[in-house]
Amino acid sequence: MSQGSMAQTASSAVDYNMDVVRWGALATVFWGVVGFLAGDLIAWQLAFPALNFDFEYLNFGRLRPLHTSAVIFAFGGNALLATSFYVVQRTCRARLFGGKALPAFVFWGYQLFIVMAAIGYVMGVTQGREYAEPEWFVDLWLTIVWVCYLAIFVGTLLKRQEPHIYVANWFYLAFIVTIAMLHLGNNLAIPVSLFGTKSYSMFSGVQDALTQWWYGHNAVGFFLTAGFLGMMYYFIPKRAERPVYSYRLSIIHFWALIFLYIWAGPHHLHYTALPDWAQTLGMTFSIMLWMPSWGGMINGLMTLSGAWDKLRTDPVLRFMVAAVGFYGMSTFEGPVMSIKSVNGLSHYTDWTIGHVHSGALGWVAFVTFGAIYFLIPVLWNRERLYSMRLVAHHFWLGTIGIVLYITSMWVSGIMQGLMWRAHDQLGFLQYSFIETVEAMHPYYIIRATGGALFLLGSFLMVWNVYKTIRGDIRREAPIGVSAPAAVQ
Amino acid sequence: MLLKKHHFLEKNVFFLILGIFLTIIIGGIVEIVPLFTMEQTIEKVEGVRPYTPLEQAGRNIYIREGCYNCHSQMIRPFRDEVERYGHYSLAAESMYDHPFQWGSKRTGPDLARVGGKYSNAWHVAHLDDPRSVVPESIMPGYPFLAKKELKFDDAAEHLKTLRMVGVPYTDEQIEDAVADLHLQATADEDYDDFLARYPNAATGDFDGNPEKLTEMDALIAYLQILGRMVDFTTYNPSMNLR
Repeated sequence: MSQGSMAQTASSAVDYNMDVVRWGALATVFWGVVGFLAGDLIAWQLAFPALNFDFEYLNFGRLRPLHTSAVIFAFGGNALLATSFYVVQRTCRARLFGGKALPAFVFWGYQLFIVMAAIGYVMGVTQGREYAEPEWFVDLWLTIVWVCYLAIFVGTLLKRQEPHIYVANWFYLAFIVTIAMLHLGNNLAIPVSLFGTKSYSMFSGVQDALTQWWYGHNAVGFFLTAGFLGMMYYFIPKRAERPVYSYRLSIIHFWALIFLYIWAGPHHLHYTALPDWAQTLGMTFSIMLWMPSWGGMINGLMTLSGAWDKLRTDPVLRFMVAAVGFYGMSTFEGPVMSIKSVNGLSHYTDWTIGHVHSGALGWVAFVTFGAIYFLIPVLWNRERLYSMRLVAHHFWLGTIGIVLYITSMWVSGIMQGLMWRAHDQLGFLQYSFIETVEAMHPYYIIRATGGALFLLGSFLMVWNVYKTIRGDIRREAPIGVSAPAAVQ
Repeated sequence: MLLKKHHFLEKNVFFLILGIFLTIIIGGIVEIVPLFTMEQTIEKVEGVRPYTPLEQAGRNIYIREGCYNCHSQMIRPFRDEVERYGHYSLAAESMYDHPFQWGSKRTGPDLARVGGKYSNAWHVAHLDDPRSVVPESIMPGYPFLAKKELKFDDAAEHLKTLRMVGVPYTDEQIEDAVADLHLQATADEDYDDFLARYPNAATGDFDGNPEKLTEMDALIAYLQILGRMVDFTTYNPSMNLR
């Protein structure tokens, strides 16, 4: 592996600002572990409610937003900050705009946002809108940070020495611009007092619901998809040492993806008091969204043409490619679940939770792990990672964890949906609600076990990253290299 | 040919941003704006009123504790849901909900019409220790609610803020906010004026502790009004065909 030496020759030409990328990479690892830990704790709480300890600061209702925000905004957000700052510099051959101070402000300002939000959740300071829980003063702070982030990104693009803006940057740019719009649109609220934390949303009921899911679904579409596709478009070609499969496909699927995603929000509100026309529109666009999503998957996977053998020897590339596979799977499952008659069964059940996690664990986390394992030796000028074997173990622990998670949630979700609507021969409801809760118990244990395996894998990553930065190299036989020799 | 045109966007940051912005703004405009302008979006029904100060305080506790993470407040028009929970939810029933609390997951049952289904004493026992009344329940316990004194001295400020975002509180309601807060949770009072302002509100000492006004009082007052505002005996769905 010659990443270390490549980094040196490249950086001798341009004096890149890699400090903020290093901090971002470490913050990604740190918040990842925090988020996974919180997630697994609340998974066990659902299996064994005594784990809530009847203690207000540890109850499921307050920790669940802590988990979702920690994985989406802290883990995912730092991964996006770090990789976007890395990719935009490298693909523009230009130092980050804003000197040393502005990127540092964005990084530390973003960490402050995370800490303020997290403390708020535990204290019960929340807007009560899923994935947009932070209260008005935290939202205002994030707005300031985000505008600076956009300024840095655009400023760097303007300074570029390459004639073209590379495709990864289109996705990062769409992510930054759209999140700004969604954040402002969904957090319109009036505080009760300038010295208090409480605010009331400007919208109510049905309008509030659609604004929230316009935001909520596109937090998925632009934060967890567009941004991470940017990551895919840089790190997969780089790691596989192959060019992106199709430039034409990247143009088509980019514009189609960002256009269609925005319309998909109403599928979170099927059969509710939202007017039917809006539900049908949301369903239609959600189904169409399948195509540009798979456009991205095809472009990512086909980039490996001629380099598939590397999957056997390189577990880092394996992480990235498995991530694209999970992306393809959950972007097929999503359109299926957005069909109204399917949604009638799946909505309000664990099936949705399983779907989210095949995307969040399989796609978002795996492509991030791949990027982190790629970046750490480059950023600290190490010859290679401390141990490739540990990466391989991490991969399998994570994969088995995800499979346990999503299969148990499929079973429990579909089962609960069917139990709710079951009628006996006399036409009465067959099950009381609490009987369906009782039936979930074994699946909640399987899910929490899967989560624990995923968490365990992330501990291996922490150890590997720590040892790599220290400069240690574990002596180990290369993975899969002896096999082709034996065949010959 | 088209690829050549795309080169232009790839070389001009500001046009690329403009292109992205125009592309992403359309869906939201088409779907959200009509909800504010089309009259049919919210049905015309009798009975939906702003929350009493105590109910609003309880609602804020419901939000603070994250109840929406496990309980929906949106009954879908399916046979099983209507049998289990009651009449399907109308848009009008949450027209004064800032924010909405329709929820997205039913780890516990829907609460859109939980009002009046259980006694206050049941709610106190259930919130204190859910497994004391439902042994299989996986809900966390909230014993601290009964111990915590309700802090809502700025009730009038809250109602004023809600009026700014469109809840039609009258001057009288805002003026009497703190008095109404205490009156609703006190047993055996003269509620006539209060009930004229807030029809159908549940009254009395909710938590069984007349000594102090607790968060438990507020939360139960909120739970007891859920789904009880609209009189469905006079509701005619065909009047609201959408």
